[in-house]
Amino acid sequence: MPDSPRLTRSRSDRLVAGVAGGIAANVRLSPTLIRIAFVLLLPINGLGALLYAAFWAVLPAGPGETRPRSLWRLAPFVLAGLALMTVSTLINHNGGIGMTVGWLVALVAVGAGIIWHQSDPDRRQRWSDESPSAPWLAALSDGDRRIYLLRFLAGGVLVAVGILGLVFLYSPVANVSWADMWRAIAFALVALAGVGLVAAPVLWRTLTALRAEREGRIREQERAELAAMVHDQVLHTLALIQRNAADPAAVQRIARGQERSLRNWLYQPTGSPTEHFAAALQQAAAEVEDTYGIAVEAVVVGDRLVDDKVSAIVAAAREALVNAARHAKVKTVSLYAEAEPTMLSVFVRDRGTGFDLNGVEERRHGVRGSIIGRMSRHGGHAEIRSEVGEGTEVRLTMAVTSPKEPKETPA
Amino acid sequence: MTENVSGQRLRVFLVDDHGMFRAGVRAELGGHVDVVGEAATVAQAVSMIGSVVPDVVLLDVHMPDGGGRAVLDAVRKTQPQVRFLALSVSDAAEDVIGLIRAGARGYVTKTISPDDLVDAIRRVADGDAVFSPRLAGFVLDAFAARPDAPVADPELDQLTNREREVLRLLARGYAYKEIAKELFISIKTVETHVSNVLRKLQMSNRYELSRWAADRRLV
Repeated sequence: MPDSPRLTRSRSDRLVAGVAGGIAANVRLSPTLIRIAFVLLLPINGLGALLYAAFWAVLPAGPGETRPRSLWRLAPFVLAGLALMTVSTLINHNGGIGMTVGWLVALVAVGAGIIWHQSDPDRRQRWSDESPSAPWLAALSDGDRRIYLLRFLAGGVLVAVGILGLVFLYSPVANVSWADMWRAIAFALVALAGVGLVAAPVLWRTLTALRAEREGRIREQERAELAAMVHDQVLHTLALIQRNAADPAAVQRIARGQERSLRNWLYQPTGSPTEHFAAALQQAAAEVEDTYGIAVEAVVVGDRLVDDKVSAIVAAAREALVNAARHAKVKTVSLYAEAEPTMLSVFVRDRGTGFDLNGVEERRHGVRGSIIGRMSRHGGHAEIRSEVGEGTEVRLTMAVTSPKEPKETPA
Repeated sequence: MTENVSGQRLRVFLVDDHGMFRAGVRAELGGHVDVVGEAATVAQAVSMIGSVVPDVVLLDVHMPDGGGRAVLDAVRKTQPQVRFLALSVSDAAEDVIGLIRAGARGYVTKTISPDDLVDAIRRVADGDAVFSPRLAGFVLDAFAARPDAPVADPELDQLTNREREVLRLLARGYAYKEIAKELFISIKTVETHVSNVLRKLQMSNRYELSRWAADRRLV
């Protein structure tokens, strides 16, 4: 959605953590307005700080370069905040316990925000890159280790002070009231959240390390499979080619077979030839290539499952390929097949010598029996067009009733 | 036959990370076109193509530092008149369609014979598209009519029946001249249909592309 950008923390326009800048960019208001709003919310039991910390923890950092923040721009907001707090304390003398609790909770939240910030995804990535087995060690030996420790300690101190303050406030439980109960529950939840936030980065890093290890194992397996394939096929082919170097035809045949098998391995994890139309045709083409030492340029569009009719058209196509290979005196034959929902068509074409259909038809049992006869027995149609010197094209069509098989999912 | 509009020999640039292959192609093409330069990396290719301005760039698809796609994207921004013919060992559907979508005018595999390669270069330089049967098959597959799927912009994304017919004949191994004869149209019309298909491939909307990718489990 280009017109409503994701809410993120701004990297370029930030005084503390970029929360206000990010929100401002999202709602298209001045960042200063947002900042003033946060400051105005401060006297309400520290709501401003609480909200800020929550946003800080939840929002991801936005795109772009990190620019250093200018502290002097922060000063007016801090002064305004302090002034507001003083005024509100003066007006509201016995704001009492509720207000203190609010501030302590805000303190815990800000501390937790700082700690959470330390587990920034970029940083995590860098750590796990440096030492995949124990990323948290790398975090400690990192270049900006001191800043990391400082922030971690500052966050920890804030959380600890907040929690201790709360404990101190509520420890003398003299007469338990419902309000006290609720406060105790709230306190417990806050403490839990604090612990969770402290522990989360460590847990996360452990998970990352485990995942990295699993991916490594999968890669290793793939490599082994590739090595086995190269050994079984490619190296043997190369050895054969070296032995047959004096026989260009043999070399070409071997190289072509190897090329086809590598291509299939790399690009076409298709189904088994006994089940799929496309695979069956490809296999027929491959057999003809290997037997007669010609190239079959096979293009198959669509696919469907094999049944009687499909087997018939594949067999007829194979016969047409064999004929082209044996009689047309060409190096290349093209095979095009298309599986439409209600129609299968296969075209076998060569640019070879061609023949006069009327002149030789009596003799050609292959054509009449294996192609025309077979197709008509299964309710299909075969047409052969050939001109002497112009090459030959065999057109096979077969009407099918069952709907097209949805594409098989390659493993 | 291998001259450009101003009557000079075609100026061809090679981009491939295998030195042996570049040397081989250079030797094969030497008699027919002027090989005006070669590059082994994306950065090298982009800067050199910018300075020599060839008619046709023979572009490898898979290179260590970004591949042919990166070269295409960088050069097309500054020099849209340079034509690209992809020359790759891969004929995987995603490589072929990807390069064509990025703006290559043709795609041939490295097993092509020298004569056919020269012919392909000439056709690309003339503004034609070089459609191998396999490429036509991929396009037919990608645009295969699925009656149940709604089409976002039929004008732009669907192939007309005539274009489909031309593609089918291309996939069957027909030459442009033979297609023209078969369909009783002029060669010029066949060329128009083919370049329309190419245009549709490049301008296809995101919906079509994502469906195509999803069909092949690329996403």
